[in-house]
Amino acid sequence: MPMRSDSYRRHLLLATIAAVLLVLSPYAAGLARSAPGTGFEEGMTLLLEEDFGRKAAGVDMLAESSDPRAESILETMLAGELFYLKENRTLVQARPEGDGFAARAILGDADLGTVAKRKLKKIAINNSLRGQLESALARLRLSNADAGVRAEAVNKMLATVTPESRAQWAGYLQSETDPAVQAALRAALALTVLRDGSAGPAERRAAVAQLAGHLHPTVRNELARLLAGEPEAPIRKAAQRALEGIDARLAWLDFFETFFFGLSLGSVLVLAAIGLAITFGVIGVINMAHGELIMLGAYTAFVLQQLLPDAIGTALVLSIPTAFVVAGLVGMAIERTIIRFLYGRPLETLLATFGVSLILQQAVRSIFSPLNRSVATPAWMSGAIQLNAVLSLTTNRVVILLFSLLVFAGLALLLKKSSIGLQVRAVAQNRAMARAMGVRAARVDALTFGLGSGIAGIAGVALSQLTNVGPNLGQAYIVDSFMVVVFGGVGNLWGTLLGGLTLGVTNKFLEPWTGAVMAKILVLVFIVLFIQKRPQGLFPQKGRAAAG
Amino acid sequence: MTIFTHLYKEDRAGGVLLGLLLAAGLLVPVLNLGLGEAHPLHLSTYTVTLLGKYLCYALLAMAVDMAWGYLGILTLGHGAFFALGGYAMGMYLMRQIGSRGVYGHPLLPDFMVFLNWKELPWFWHGFDGFIFALLMVMAVPGLLAFLFGWFAFRSRVTGVYLSIMTQALTYALMLAFFRNDLGFGGNNGLTDFKEILGFSLQADGTRAGLFAASAAALALGYLACRFITRSRLGKLCTAIRDQEDRARFIGYRVEAAKLWVFVFSAVLAGIAGALYVPQVGIINPTEFAPLASIEAVVWVAVGGRATLYGAVLGALIINYAKSYLTAAFPDAWLFGLGALFVLVTLFLPQGVAGLLQMVPFRKKGGTP
Repeated sequence: MPMRSDSYRRHLLLATIAAVLLVLSPYAAGLARSAPGTGFEEGMTLLLEEDFGRKAAGVDMLAESSDPRAESILETMLAGELFYLKENRTLVQARPEGDGFAARAILGDADLGTVAKRKLKKIAINNSLRGQLESALARLRLSNADAGVRAEAVNKMLATVTPESRAQWAGYLQSETDPAVQAALRAALALTVLRDGSAGPAERRAAVAQLAGHLHPTVRNELARLLAGEPEAPIRKAAQRALEGIDARLAWLDFFETFFFGLSLGSVLVLAAIGLAITFGVIGVINMAHGELIMLGAYTAFVLQQLLPDAIGTALVLSIPTAFVVAGLVGMAIERTIIRFLYGRPLETLLATFGVSLILQQAVRSIFSPLNRSVATPAWMSGAIQLNAVLSLTTNRVVILLFSLLVFAGLALLLKKSSIGLQVRAVAQNRAMARAMGVRAARVDALTFGLGSGIAGIAGVALSQLTNVGPNLGQAYIVDSFMVVVFGGVGNLWGTLLGGLTLGVTNKFLEPWTGAVMAKILVLVFIVLFIQKRPQGLFPQKGRAAAG
Repeated sequence: MTIFTHLYKEDRAGGVLLGLLLAAGLLVPVLNLGLGEAHPLHLSTYTVTLLGKYLCYALLAMAVDMAWGYLGILTLGHGAFFALGGYAMGMYLMRQIGSRGVYGHPLLPDFMVFLNWKELPWFWHGFDGFIFALLMVMAVPGLLAFLFGWFAFRSRVTGVYLSIMTQALTYALMLAFFRNDLGFGGNNGLTDFKEILGFSLQADGTRAGLFAASAAALALGYLACRFITRSRLGKLCTAIRDQEDRARFIGYRVEAAKLWVFVFSAVLAGIAGALYVPQVGIINPTEFAPLASIEAVVWVAVGGRATLYGAVLGALIINYAKSYLTAAFPDAWLFGLGALFVLVTLFLPQGVAGLLQMVPFRKKGGTP
């Protein structure tokens, strides 16, 4: 039964580490320690005390008790949601709700409903207690069954490891089987050596070698400190090399992160612009109400979430086809009632569709109020994907990047492979010739407009995950969308894709230098100048179509 | 007297417009200042200021008409020139405040003291002089229009592309002017003005004077626009609007003609902005908003393109309707404006002026 003995040993070690740390804690000095398991009740009562020192002792007792309930209690306390009922001094978790608080018992999990504010008293925490809570939680998590939680806990404790805990870290490393946690533990071990004034040169050297390539900020600080105070030249050199290696990796990761943010922004731009590119490319008119069709899509997501409050994820997925239909139908209605009569007069179309955009905006304002609405993010889209100690990518941005590529691929396939796609391309290239060949151009116009508008609706669903949904949502994206279309070249899907991603990445790389607003202005100026050189965009249309 | 007989014979509508402007410029100040408040014909200062604002909008509409009606450039960014002229005037008015600001600094406007700036930025120098400020009112919008037009017309950007570019221009300027560190008061803009040329802006007499100045500017603007549109340059512009390539092939330098008329139009918009700011008492970045520019286009569309007087008519009608509707039915205004865009483009491509031309005004037996 090696597994069981492992976990037993781990618990034993943890208790020892905890005990050592407890001794080091200034608050706990002089308090009698109790055996594991028995401290839980006592710690709970200590939390109710006014005195922060005694509260701190209570925290340590809970952490030490190895009671499975301790972690959630400490988490609640750290979040500032731990209260007790004045009448019977029982601990509850409470969140503000309406005039009172929604409370539930911390032990037994019984829902207490809404409790008036005067019946509750908050377990106040201060900064040093907060730090202590964090480290206590980290210690608890070291015994977690999930390797990811353990590794994160070690990383959290790196900043505070002390030379005295070296033996415990070594012992813990022996019992650890997961390679990621092992790496974190080795870094912790190396840090105990570097922080120990009495460690010999060979030991220090080995520790430096161990830390090379480790990205945690504490490691970098420790190496920099070593570099400043190290008497031995070779070790200084090794530290220097390790530091440079870390900095190079950090710079690269920083570049990658900026690039990712750029791609993320670009993917949003592509989503917003691609519908516009289709309608502009095929019908040759600019639909100024395109931004408002995006807005309608976002509101569709909002409404569906209101209708299905218990399944916000399902509502979001459902809102993709719904928004496509809603925005598509509105788009087709605009085409049939207004744009159809204005073909050949692009400037007038621009004005008329602008009027439509005003009407749609005001309609939304009248129906949903002018205030911003927020669309909830389902659990599978929130949080971040942690790639390593310094780099994490927010999940919703990754999902939206993939989603926009998917939409693009679907659209490209539709235009390339289906018969309606063939007709759309035919009309875009030469309307008169296409009609002569029997393509019903008017029908294609309406369908294209519906398709472009529907994709705007889908873009709105994606945008609802990144920003608040309000009546002005569309306006914020309309100028950018035009820039993407103009930059990429009208009537060219690949141009829109490349144009959108390029603009997004350029914007994000400029931002650190110039600030967000200036970056946007510079990109606009760049496009204006670019249009001078290549009026037809990145991918101009070829042949006769270009003359129009 | 030749100009009057000429106007009577050749340009009846323009004559009516000039006559009305002359009458308004004289009568409105008299009705405001000369008559007691109890008198039934008395015009309140509020009304005078409101009318003055409309006249500024009318001048802006005329500038838009020059670009759209005669050059065929659907400009969605003329609000930028209007706002720049307004900012130049606002800077003069800010400098006139002197040490009477909230913080009492002798040199720096309040917002700079608030931002903890120590000295006046270089581009604020000179604005304490009225003549210099007037020059800037025309030079800054003119220069921007020149640069923009130089790049855009030379590379033959036309049609919807050009429209979107003008919109991007004003959009970018709006973003820039919202920033505090640009030095134009950021979000709040320039406000709290005290006096112009030594006259208090709160005084009834100053308000009436500003109204008269707006009426004069509109009348002079009309004569200047009319002079240009009836000149050879104007004829060339119409040719460019209708068949740009053909005009180019005949041998005209299309870019130069477009550029100069566009710059003239921008200067006109700048003057309108400069007259607008002392009357409303504030200039802030929302004047750069794309919606403000596009509203000016609708005034022209409603009034009727390429008639000049139609632009004035449109601006007056729509702004009166806006003042009325936003007070009476606040929610209905954007519905109304939006519907107006759609209906005018669909059913009234010539605007109100087109309707007027359909009505036979001529005397019986008169020669056409």
